[in-house]
Amino acid sequence: MKPPPFEYHAPRSVAEAMEVLAAAGPEGKVLAGGQSLIPLLNMRLAAPGHLVDVNRLTGLDTVEVEPGGVRVGALARHARVERSAGAAAAQPLLRQALRLVAHPVIRNRGTVVGSLVHADPAAELPAVLALLGGSVRLARPGAVRDVPAAGFFTGPLESAAEPGELALSAFFPALGPRCGTAFHEVARRHGDYALAGVAALVRLDDGLRVTTARAVCVSAGPVPVVVDVTGHACADGWAAAARDVAKRVEPEDDIHASAAYRRHLTGVLAERALREAAASAAGDVGTRR
Amino acid sequence: MTNIAVTLTVNGVVRRAEVPGRRLLSDCLRHDLGLTGTHVGCEHGVCGCCTVLLDGEPVRSCLTLAATADGHEITTVEGLAGPDGEPSPVQRAFAECHGLQCGFCTPGFLCTVTALLRDNPAPSEEEVLEGLSGNLCRCTGYQNIVRSVRRAAELIAGEDDGGPAGWPSGPVRTSGDAEDTGHAGPAGDAEGAGRAGIAGGATGERAGAEGA
Ligand SMILES: Cc1cc2nc3c(=O)[nH]c(=O)nc-3n(C[C@H](O)[C@H](O)[C@H](O)COP(=O)(O)OP(=O)(O)OC[C@H]3O[C@@H](n4cnc5c(N)ncnc54)[C@H](O)[C@@H]3O)c2cc1C
Ligand code: FES
Ligand code: FES
Repeated sequence: MKPPPFEYHAPRSVAEAMEVLAAAGPEGKVLAGGQSLIPLLNMRLAAPGHLVDVNRLTGLDTVEVEPGGVRVGALARHARVERSAGAAAAQPLLRQALRLVAHPVIRNRGTVVGSLVHADPAAELPAVLALLGGSVRLARPGAVRDVPAAGFFTGPLESAAEPGELALSAFFPALGPRCGTAFHEVARRHGDYALAGVAALVRLDDGLRVTTARAVCVSAGPVPVVVDVTGHACADGWAAAARDVAKRVEPEDDIHASAAYRRHLTGVLAERALREAAASAAGDVGTRR
Repeated sequence: MTNIAVTLTVNGVVRRAEVPGRRLLSDCLRHDLGLTGTHVGCEHGVCGCCTVLLDGEPVRSCLTLAATADGHEITTVEGLAGPDGEPSPVQRAFAECHGLQCGFCTPGFLCTVTALLRDNPAPSEEEVLEGLSGNLCRCTGYQNIVRSVRRAAELIAGEDDGGPAGWPSGPVRTSGDAEDTGHAGPAGDAEGAGRAGIAGGATGERAGAEGA
């Protein structure tokens, strides 16, 4: 058998799941879609004593469009969120990013919240949460807390979710008026983790002047790197802003690409993403007039 | 570590097994249930040859625990043919167009393509490539596989007067998905008709609900 032995738990309610997790402490792991955890088990890179399978907590399979944004429950699969017209209308970056996450078959099982807790610096969704300033809701018996994205990603494959905590949902703020987003990446094969990727958020005023320009980079450091280039964009234009993004990331060499190549890609992708986000924001200004 | 009793409906037949919690669905199908049509290559989600349908949706059986699938419906490559053993249109198309050589990857491709064409009976070139992108083949160079998908779509379109019995039905989606549009298939009535055409009764009802 590929995975190491563990005690398997299949709670039927959120309360029961939290109790089992709290009792298991550091030996416990949540199993959601399994698209990251089961490879780790199969390769014996992880050996939790207790596995708490949340796939029966169907009450967490939710995608709710609230006035301020989109709340995604812990059992909502990538594919479901990608399909949701309501979520795409409230925050287009969600669908833009989800189309770049793995292959359709992986997206049928993998969950958005699982991807956030897994906190892979090469993953798209942590970058999206960081760029938008969203949050993750974590719970243990008797205590629920919302952790903002800025404090949620603490290192490569490390998040603020503590042993014994269950992530219930994640909140992605809605796209504001006169705003646009875009996500561009380069991967060796479509569906692979990206060698480099940049998502951008641009906000304009009624005179089409840039009031906010931010980019976030994947595969560019231990956690998603958010870079505010509003000043550069206003003073020197998108090319200069993109060069600034490339300067601020700290990619590493590995067998897939050198750090220098990743930095180069980050600059090129940042310019594309920023320009596309700005064009989309300008379109929004156009339709509002 | 106590064993877990799981009940799976595999290719329409209720099957039971006692498995350790760590038993992968792929191994449960192959070792416990003797269904060796599902192949395993990488066992970490990359090659796609272990792909089966779980409640109608293609998933990696090597990244799913048998215990998680307890109570659910599984369709493996053994369940794609009609009840009389007549190969499905997707299977016929692969045979006709030489969409396989050694056949190792084929069960995964057949399950993936079966679901792809059910959800999107007339996919564009790009949608076919996206749909196949998670399955690796070391023999064919993919050209004939892409051709097989197009041929299968033709065969299915030629049979859309109800479709052969025994097709795996699609996933039952919750009412919350009624507004959803991400699937590339034609919307509304056309989608309903297309899906009902290849998937038989259960999906016909669902498609009707979605088209509303
Ligand atoms: C071939 C392949 C390619 C992939 N490519 C990409 C890609 O390009 N981009 C990308 O972003 N991802 C990619 N993935 C990963 C995929 O997106 C995963 O689905 C995702 O990272 C994890 O979600 P999951 O639900 O499968 O989580 P699991 O694998 O079940 O869990 C992952 C981790 O999160 C924890 N966890 C999960 N849910 C909770 C919860 N509710 N509360 C507390 N802890 C929780 C688990 O304990 C575990 O530590 C790929 C996967 C595969 C197999
Ligand atoms: S064996 Fe499951 S994807 Fe390779
Ligand atoms: S036919 Fe041999 S791997 Fe695909």
